[in-house]
Amino acid sequence: MNRVRLQVAASPHVKGPDSTERIMWSVVAALAPITAAAVWYFGLSALLVIAASTLGAVGTERFLGRHGDGRGTLSDGSAVITGLLLGLTLPAGLPIWMALVGGVFAIGFGKLLFGGLGQNVFNPALLGRAFLQAAFPEPLTTWPAVGGSWWALRGDNFAMPLMAPQVDAVTGATPLGLMKFERITTPVTDLFMGDVGGSLGETSALLILLGGAYLAWKNYLNWRIPVSVFLAVGVLSSVLHVIDPARFPGAPFMLFSGGLMLGAVFMATDMVTSPVTNRGAWIFGLGIGALVVVIRIWGGLPEGVMYAILLMNALVPFIDRATQPRLFGTGPPVERRKARAAP
Amino acid sequence: MTSFLARALSFRHGVHPPDSKALSAHVPIRRMPFPREVILPLSQNAGAPARLIVKPGDRVERGDKVGEAQGYVSVPVHASAAGTVKAVELRPHPNGSMSEAVVIEVDAHSPQLPRPRIVPRWEGLTPAQVRSAVQDAGVVGLGGAAFPTHVKLNPPEGVSIELLIINGAECEPYLTSDHRVMVEHPDRVHFGIRVMMQCLGVSRAVIGVELNKPDAIEALTRTIPEDLDITVQGLQVKYPQGAEKMLIHSLTGSEVPSGKLPMNVGTVVQNVGSIAAIAEVFETGYPLIERIVTVTGPGVVRPSNLIVPVGTPIRDVLEFCGGVTEDAREVVFGGPMMGASQPDLDAPVLKGTSGVVVLTRSQVTPRRVHPCISCGHCLDACPVFLNPSLLGKLAQAGRHEEMRDNHLMDCMLCGSCSYVCPSNIPLAQMFALSRSALSRDRERAKAKEAREAAEVAKAAVADEERVA
Repeated sequence: MNRVRLQVAASPHVKGPDSTERIMWSVVAALAPITAAAVWYFGLSALLVIAASTLGAVGTERFLGRHGDGRGTLSDGSAVITGLLLGLTLPAGLPIWMALVGGVFAIGFGKLLFGGLGQNVFNPALLGRAFLQAAFPEPLTTWPAVGGSWWALRGDNFAMPLMAPQVDAVTGATPLGLMKFERITTPVTDLFMGDVGGSLGETSALLILLGGAYLAWKNYLNWRIPVSVFLAVGVLSSVLHVIDPARFPGAPFMLFSGGLMLGAVFMATDMVTSPVTNRGAWIFGLGIGALVVVIRIWGGLPEGVMYAILLMNALVPFIDRATQPRLFGTGPPVERRKARAAP
Repeated sequence: MTSFLARALSFRHGVHPPDSKALSAHVPIRRMPFPREVILPLSQNAGAPARLIVKPGDRVERGDKVGEAQGYVSVPVHASAAGTVKAVELRPHPNGSMSEAVVIEVDAHSPQLPRPRIVPRWEGLTPAQVRSAVQDAGVVGLGGAAFPTHVKLNPPEGVSIELLIINGAECEPYLTSDHRVMVEHPDRVHFGIRVMMQCLGVSRAVIGVELNKPDAIEALTRTIPEDLDITVQGLQVKYPQGAEKMLIHSLTGSEVPSGKLPMNVGTVVQNVGSIAAIAEVFETGYPLIERIVTVTGPGVVRPSNLIVPVGTPIRDVLEFCGGVTEDAREVVFGGPMMGASQPDLDAPVLKGTSGVVVLTRSQVTPRRVHPCISCGHCLDACPVFLNPSLLGKLAQAGRHEEMRDNHLMDCMLCGSCSYVCPSNIPLAQMFALSRSALSRDRERAKAKEAREAAEVAKAAVADEERVA
C-alpha cells in the first residue's frame, strides 16, 4: 500500500458548513442593499459619511485588532459590519471627520478595549453612535431632507475637525420629530419605502426586512429578537393608541418610523451582545420594544432605539443566567408516546 | 406497515451532517481473507480487561479462548484465527496507547474451522443460562462502546423491563455495517430479538431505523415472525439519533433521567450488530470472533462492508479494499462524529470497531479558531440541552468545578456542538479534557485525604509515645 502521512485529531472529524467569516460577510451582504438605498436617497453625502465611518472602524481593527494566534482580525468581517451600521445611523450632512472618529471609537472602545470579537458587552456601532451623540449633539440631530441633486452635499461634510460646521443645507424634520414635537403623523407607505427624512439607514423598512429575512433563513440571526421587538412595540403602542388616539400614534407608525427596523433587525441581533438562549432572546426583544415605546412617548428624545438596545445589552449576562436550558432527563415525566403503529 | 414513513419520530435538537453512506450502502457484505497475524488486545470491552490464559508457543484453534473474563463486567477474548501464539506483548491499541495483546501467527494451511461445539438450545434456557452463554461468547455492544451485553440482559431486582429497543439508527455518517446486516440478515436480527425477549421476559420490541435505510425497513418488516410483537419504526435522519437516550426519547417519548440508565424507564437498548452476534451464539455456537466493518470514506479506493476477523491490523483491511488514495490524511475507527483517529496502521480492528473511515486532506485541514461569538448554534444542537457556549468559556478559564455544576457529566461527547460551531472551537475535545481533569482532581483529593489521615494517625501515635 502507498505510504500515507497520517494526521491525528480529536472527534468530530467532520465540520459543518458555517463559519464566523461566512456569518459576518453575509451580514455585510444583507446590509449592502440598505447602504445602496441610503446612497440613492441622500446622494454623495451618504456615500462620504458611510465610507468615513467604515474606514474608521476597519482602520482601527487593522492596526489594533489581534487574534490569539497573533494574526490580524480584519478578515472576520465584523469591523466592516460595525462601520456600515454606524454609518447607517448617522445623518447625511455629518462632517466626515466625525463619522471617522465614530468608527474609531466604535471599534477601539466598543470592541477592542473589551478584548475583541466576542468579548464586548455593548453593540460597538451603537456605542460609537452614542459617543457621537454625546460629543456632537447638534450635527447628530440635523436631518437633511430627502431629494435634490445626487451630487449636492446635504450639509458641511467637509468641515474641518473641531470647527463648527456651517449648516446651510435644506433641513427636514424626521417623522418621529414631527410626531413628538408637532403631532404630525407621516403616512406609513412613505415610511415603508424610505422616502422620508432621518438617518441614512432608517429609510427603507422593506430592504431591512428583506435583508433580515435572508439572514434568518440562513440562521445567521435569531428571528426571535426582531419578532419580539415588533411584538412589544406593536402591542404597547396599539394599547396606548386605543386609550388616546390623538396623543399616541398607532402601531404601524411606531414600527416603521425611526431606527426601529434597522435596530431590531441588525443591531439587537448582534450575536455577541444578545442572549445565547432562545428564551433569553424573547425577553431581550420584548425589553427593547417596551423601552423604545417608553422613551419615544415619555422620554425627552424623539428616538429611543439606541438607548433601548444598549440598556438591554447590559442585561444580557443576567438574562442568559436566568434562562439556562433545562437539562435532558430532568423534565416532568412525559406521557408515553405509543411506540407502535395502531394495529 | 403503511404508516412507518408517515411518522418519522425524532428527538429535539441534534445536527444534520451529510450522511455520506452512498459510498458503501449498496455494497454486499464480503468476507476478507485471514491476515498473516492477528493482534488481540486483552482490553477490548468497557469494564475489566480479560485475564491472559495462553502463553507464547501455544497452538490455538479458531474460537478458542485466549483470555478469560475477569469479574462480572468483563468478557473473554477468543482467538479469531487458528495458529500459534507468537507473543504476548505491548502492541498499538486503537485508543492510542500500547496495550497487552495476544499475537497469533495465523496458520496459512488451516481450514480455519472452529472446533465443533454444542449449540445451546435457547428454548430451554433460563435467563441466567442465556446470560452466561452470551458472556462466555465474549459478546459486547458492537455499536462502538463495547459494553458487555450480558450485563444489559440482567436488570436488577425490582426493575421491570417493558420494551426491548433495537438500535438500527446508525446515525454516524459513512457507516453502513448495521444497514447491511438488516438488509442481508433480517432473520438473524429477528432470531436474536426472540432470544433476548425471552431472556428479558418482555413481550414487545421496537426496531428503530433511520429513514435513509428504506430497504432495511422493508426487509425487517417483511420478515417479522408472526408470533412476536415486533415493530419496525422509521426515524428522522438526524445525528445523534442512535444515542441510547435519544433513541428512547424518539421511540417512547420518555427522557432517561439525568445520570440514570435506560432500564429506569423500562427499556433495554441493543444495537443491531450485537443482536446479530447473540443470534450467532445460539445458531452456531460461535463466539464473537469476527465482525462486520464498513471500510469507507473518500480516501478508500474500494469502499466495502467486510466480515473481518477481530484483531486484523488496519493495514491489511485497507489493503484488501484497494489501499488508500493519494490525498488520504486521517484514518478513523468508528464514525467521523465520535470515532478515534488512528496514529498507527498496525493497530487491530476490535470487537467494537464498526467502521474504518478514511478522510481526505480537504476534509480534515485544521480551520482557524475564532473567539466564541455567542451565536447559540451549539445550544440548538446539543441533544441533552447543555449550554456548550458557556461550558467552552469555563473550560478555557480552567474552571472545571463550575463546568460540573453546569452538567458537564451529562455530556455524551457526541460532537454536535463542535460540528456546528462557526468559530471552529473544539468544544467536545475541551469537554473530554475537562472531564479527565476533574477525575484526576478527584483522585488527587482522595490521595491527599488519605495522606493527611495517615499523618494525623502518626502524630497521634507519636504523641502517645511521648506521653508514655
